[in-house]
This record gives sequence, structure tokens and C-alpha cells, in this order.
Amino acid sequence: MTATPAIEIHDLRKSFGRVQALDGLDLTVQPGEVAGFLGPNGAGKSTAIRVLLGLLRADSGTARLFGGDAWRDAVELHRRLAYVPGDVSLWPNLTGGEAIDFLGRLRGTVDKRRKADLLERFELDPTKKARTYSKGNRQKVALVAAFSMDVDLLILDEPTSGLDPLMEAVFTEYVREAAAAGTSVLLSSHILHEVEKVCDTVTIIRNGTSVESGTLDELRHLTRSNVTAVVSDDPSGVRGLAGVHNFATAPADGGTRVTFDIDNAQVGPAMSQLTALGLHSLTAAPPSLEELFMRHYGDVLPGAESADDGADDTASAAAQGTAGAR
Amino acid sequence: MTAVALAPAVPRPSFGSTLSGTGRLVRFMLRRDRVRLSVWTLSVVAFYAYFAVALDAMGPEALAGRALVMETPAGIVMGGPGYGIDNYTVGVAIANEGITWVVLALGIMSVLHVVRHTRAEEESSRSELVRAAPVGRHAPAVAAVITLFVVNAVIAVVSALALYGASGEAMPLADSFGLTVGSGLAAMVFGAVAVVACQITEHGRGATGIGLAAYGLALVLRSAGDIQERHGSLLSWFSPIGWAQQMRAFVDLRWWPTALSVVAILVLLVLGAFLASRRDFGGGLVATRGGRADAPASLRSPLALAWRQQRSAFGWTALGMALMWYASGTLLPEILEMGVSGAEDNEMFQAVFGGTDPAVFRDGFLSAMMLFAALACAAYAIVMSGRAKAEETAGRAEVLLALAVSRSRWFGAHLVVVGLSTVVLMAVSVYAMWAGAVQVGMDEPGLAAYTDVFWTYSVALLVYLGLAAALYAWVPRFASAVWLLLVYSFVVGMFGAVFDLPEGAEAISPLNWLPAGFGEAPETASMVGLGAVAAVLLGLALLGFRWRDLQSS
Repeated sequence: MTATPAIEIHDLRKSFGRVQALDGLDLTVQPGEVAGFLGPNGAGKSTAIRVLLGLLRADSGTARLFGGDAWRDAVELHRRLAYVPGDVSLWPNLTGGEAIDFLGRLRGTVDKRRKADLLERFELDPTKKARTYSKGNRQKVALVAAFSMDVDLLILDEPTSGLDPLMEAVFTEYVREAAAAGTSVLLSSHILHEVEKVCDTVTIIRNGTSVESGTLDELRHLTRSNVTAVVSDDPSGVRGLAGVHNFATAPADGGTRVTFDIDNAQVGPAMSQLTALGLHSLTAAPPSLEELFMRHYGDVLPGAESADDGADDTASAAAQGTAGAR
Repeated sequence: MTAVALAPAVPRPSFGSTLSGTGRLVRFMLRRDRVRLSVWTLSVVAFYAYFAVALDAMGPEALAGRALVMETPAGIVMGGPGYGIDNYTVGVAIANEGITWVVLALGIMSVLHVVRHTRAEEESSRSELVRAAPVGRHAPAVAAVITLFVVNAVIAVVSALALYGASGEAMPLADSFGLTVGSGLAAMVFGAVAVVACQITEHGRGATGIGLAAYGLALVLRSAGDIQERHGSLLSWFSPIGWAQQMRAFVDLRWWPTALSVVAILVLLVLGAFLASRRDFGGGLVATRGGRADAPASLRSPLALAWRQQRSAFGWTALGMALMWYASGTLLPEILEMGVSGAEDNEMFQAVFGGTDPAVFRDGFLSAMMLFAALACAAYAIVMSGRAKAEETAGRAEVLLALAVSRSRWFGAHLVVVGLSTVVLMAVSVYAMWAGAVQVGMDEPGLAAYTDVFWTYSVALLVYLGLAAALYAWVPRFASAVWLLLVYSFVVGMFGAVFDLPEGAEAISPLNWLPAGFGEAPETASMVGLGAVAAVLLGLALLGFRWRDLQSS
């Protein structure tokens, strides 16, 4: 694409004292693109976003929004974007409705109808004082404020933390609607299925550098698929093939059930071999984003290999990240 | 499962009791608040001891003069019902004048303590963790009351001994105990009011407000009753402050009024327990009112928001200062008369207030009053400039700065609101005092002199604000260092003459550049200099804030 990218970060570095929060980060979001920004807590996602918003000054590298300098032209650039922080703090003596109006007026006029629609969809009572809102409701206030604005770019930093699954679905819908209207979105998250649902491209960040980036399909090519098959003959020959991992067999009706992961580049030979063994059934699943994610962070998750339940691991890893990062 | 294995280890009887875990909570609260409560204890004890020593240093004649002041309506409001006013000894003076203030201090402590450990804990959902453990429904509130009782008891005992010791055993021990125990029990009544308030309202702030309002009501009742009749009318007996004062410590001590406090405390606690059993965890008995769904049209700029956030603090401070300085103004003639006679044989007084010539003494005394007024305004400026830092740390500044709001506009809005509020407070203080003085027929110095004082001090106040802002902008971690300048200014302004400081050391205090005498014409160069320093500091602040990283938790 030749248009000016909505976000363009190149070799961005930022340190706080001895902590290197960003260490040569690259990230590009094209106009109209919904970009996922993945990484565990403490990887540097929020730091990168704060640099983009001109709240932090980069040590070196470039951070540009719509071609303008994120630090120098901050105020002008902010007219074209809306931001939702991950942990929304509101003015305790303002009601939610007042906060939404106030934030809207700092950019332009408030579209009353759109505000009312959003309040209804997010099931938010705007008459309560902010200090009485739960975390999820504070998050909704920020989301309503952001989605009620007519902007070219949405910067969302873990925007659904504290929302229940129904509200997450409403959120997803509004992101899609914004994308359809041509708005670019940067969605930072560690909730993988959320990113998988709405994002065109994904950048995975770790220790302040991007370790993977591309469209979801591109990333899947780099990785393994999970294969389950039932064959009549002894399948142990498959174990020795190039690109096969986590090979396991179990007796099954009419033969042997075999499961393994395979590098996507090596699928062909494995399939021929399976067919030759008398194939009864076959399922091959593309890698989920979760698997991508776990492969990149696997070594920072102690016990991830031995534990039975993957979901629990993600949760404990997240908790661990929080404790260690701040 | 492990839970099954553990179950027998939990003592059976603790189940079903609404008070189980109280003992552990008591220890936990005392540990959590060990510093806070120690500071309260030391401060109150020091107040008693200092008051005793300072009154003793005045001598009998000055005390007799002081008694005359205490017979005026303003004196009664700030003091007491006037027991023993014909033979005004140190003990009598402490009992008559001190109780109102000691009960205020201990009452604030009691209300804050109760709210902090009950409703505020519920609000923050910290007590959810505690209550999920085997801890009874009433345990947190009971533990808060027990710890409050312990603290008030310790303060009462140590204070009584301090009074006894500070007076060189001239004050009878029994009366000293009567004074401190009576005050402590009166304060606990307000703590008990807070217990009830915490059941009624969902919010800690609301409960604190009700507790403090109860003190205000008690003060009004007591003052009205004592003004109606010497030694108090029936009205005075409706006030916990009155109950402590009616013990007549150091005059003709009687103990039975403490029974009123004890009964009131017990009734309130029973009422609190009754209400507590009838509400949900986290809920109140009064539902919160809804606010407005749309912002008023005026709320459309960072300036409007900063004002909205500060206006109630500003309003209450202005009201408090107006009342205080008006009352001080009405007392001026008596204080001056008493002070001149007191200064004749006190070199310290002469040094601080400039001599014994009535006019000189008057201006010296007024200058000292204005120093207090200005320092109070400076403290307000410093506290309120800290709001910007709070906004930044909480991440609210970030939300605005991510919109089309520049750094200078956001920070400038805070500075404008704080600066204007501070100057208005100075005006309120100065003119309230003038109005009070005129009310009692003291026409000298005139309005023009007060106006000179107002504007010159206002310029100096902007220097404190400028320094606070500049420190916050450049080295936010050391923003509170500005308090050092305030304390230094106080010491130099009050005791500079006593200490005989070198010229250069005094010059650091912005107030030192103001005219020495009350209403004296200011030196143009000094005022321009002060104004320039303030402007440079404020400019540096805006510049520094534009350059640095925003910090948030």
C-alpha cells in the first residue's frame, strides 16, 4: 500500500532507569487495518502506546501517526484518534454520562443519539458517580466515549479487561463496525481469541521488540498444525519424519489413533505416509493464536509443559506477568 | 480434599457468632495504624502540655485579661461555658478553652478511624477478603470501636499525666483525669455517630461528613446554650462537648456527666448493630441518588474540569477561613489590650510583636495574624497544586492528554484555578478580619491598609505556588519539598527577630520581602522582584511539564 500508514513505529527504544521497556520495536498499521498487538504483561505494549500518544518521549527511533511526529504534533494528531486505556480511572465526582460528554467535547461535539445507542448496547447507567462504578463499568465509560467519536484511529490498550463475555461481544461488534467505516484500529491485548476474531494483522511483542508480525494467515504458515488420524497399520514410522513433534498413539476402533503436530512446510510427506497406512479418519487443525503465542512465550511459562490444562496456564502466566512487570 | 482434612482444626464455637475474629482484627488494626495513632497521641498530648506551659508563662494578670476575652460571645464560641472565670488559673483556662478543640481533634480522629476501618474497607472491597474468612458480621465494626477506645484511653491517661507533670503538680491529678477522660468520651460519641452513619450511607466520604456535621451541630448547641446563660443553659446539655465541659474540671469536679457520654455511645452502638444486621454487605440503608446523565454545558474545557474538581474544597476552606478570621477580628480589641499589658514584662512578646507601644504592638500583632492567614493560604496552594500530581498518577491526566489537549493547557488550567482560589482565599481572610474588627468598632488600621496587605501577600503566595508547580514539573518525586519553604517562612516570619538571623538567610522567605509593619507602603522593587520570581517559576513549571514523561501507576 502506498498511503501514509496510520501508525508507523521504527526501531523505537525507551528505557526507565535500568529497565529497557522498548528495545527496537517495529510496528506498522495501514489505513483501515485492524492490528492486534499481542504480548504478555510487561512486554512493552502500554509503553509503546504511551509513546504513540506523546505521553512518553522516546529515547530513539521514530513513532509517527498519520505521518506526523507522535511527540511534537501530539495535540493535532489527537484530534484524529480516540484512546481507551486498560485501567480506566475517572473523576470521582463526575457521573459516567458527564465524563463521556466532557471527553467528547474536548474533541468536538457530542452526538447525543450515538451516545444513547452506545449506553444502551453496553448496558451502562450514566447517572452514577464514577467512584461507584466497578472496573468493568469504568471501562465501558471509556469505550462509549471512544466509540461515540468520529475518528480515523482507535488505540485500545487491553480495552476489555473487566468486561463480561456479552459485553466483549458488543465490543467486538463495534470494532468491526469501525473497521468497516475505514477506521484503523490498534488493539493491544493478551486475550487471544479477541484478537483472532477482529484483527487483520498481528504483531507479537516480547521484551520490547517485535518477534513476529504479519497477517494471521502468514503467521500460521510459519507454524505447526495439529493432526489426529486413525490408521489400520502400525504408524510408528511417522514419528521419524521431518517436522513431526509430540507424536502419540492410542488404540482405537479399527486401528490406531495417532496425534502429532507438524510443521506446515512438511505436511505433504506426512500425509502420503498416513494414506499409505490405511487412513480411516483425519482431522487437521490450524494452529490457534494461542498456540502461536505459547510458542513465543513458552520458555517464560514455568510448568507449562507438564500442566494438563492449558487455560489455567495462560491465567497463571498472566498473573505472573503482572506481578513481575510493574 | 484438603478442605475436609482441615475442617476439624477450626474451632467449632466460632461458627455462627457474628463476632468471631474480633480479637485478631483488633491486633491487625493496631498494627496497621501504629504510626498514624502514635502521631495522633503525641500531637494531642503535646497540645495539652504546650497549652499548659504557654498559659503558665503568661502570668496571673494576663490570664485575668484572657478571662475577660472569654466572656465575650466570640470567646464563648471558641472557648467554653465559663466555669471558674473569676479565678482564671491555668487549669481553669485549659478546661474552659481547650475542651472544644481537643474534642474536635479527637472527634476527627475517631470519625476517621471508624470510617477507615469499616465503610472505607467495604467500599474498596478489601473487607470482602476479610469477611470471606471466618470473621463475623459485626467483627470489623466492633474491632474498630475497641481500638478506638484503646487509643482514646491511652491519650486520656498520658495527657492527664502530662498536664500534671507540666504544671509542676500544681494541677490536681483527679481534675486532670476528669478533663482528659471527659474529652475522650465526648470524642468517642462522634466515633459512635460515625458507626451509625457507616450503616446508613454507602460511602466513606458521606459517613465522614455526617460524623463531622455531628460535631458542628454539637458546637452550635453548646455555643448557643453557653451564650444564653453563663455555665450553660439546657441547650448546652444536648451537646457531647458540653458534657465534657460541665464536669467543671479544676473548679468543682463532678464525674456524673461522663455517664451521659457513656450512655450516648452505647445507644449509638446498639443502633449501629441493629442497622448493620438489616443491610447487605457493601450496601447502605439509603440508596445513592443518581446524578445527571449529561454534562452541564459549562463542562467543556480542562479549566472547567479543574474548577469542578476543586470547587467544593475551595468553598469549604473559604467559609472556614471567613468565619475564623471574622471571629479573630471581633476579638482584636480585647486581645490587643491584654497583649500590651502582657508584653510589658515579657521580652519574647516584645521581640515578636515589636514593642509595648500600643500602636506598634497592634501592627505587630496584626502582621503576625496576617502571617498565619498567608501561610494557611500558601498551604492551600501547595495542597491543591498536588491535585495535578494525583490526576497524573491516577491516569486521568493521560485520558485528557490523549485528546486534543496540550500539556500546557492541562497544567495551566490547574495552575489558574489554584492561583485564583488562593488569591481569593487571601482576600477572604484579610477582609473578614477587617469586617470583624470594624464590627467591634476598631476602625484603625483602615481598609486601605488591609488592601495593601492583601495584594502584597497575594504576590508572595504565587511564589509558593510557582515553586510547588516547578518542582512537580521538573522533579515530581520531590514536589513536597516546597513544604520546607513554608515551614522556613513561618519560623523566619515569627521568630526571625528572636533568633537574630543573618540578612541573607531571611531573604529566602518570600514573605520577608513584604513590608514589615501592617499596612506599610510596599517597596516597588521588592514587589516587582517577587512578582518576577513567581512568573519565572510558573513559566519554568509549564515548560518543564511539556518536556517530561508522564507518569502513571
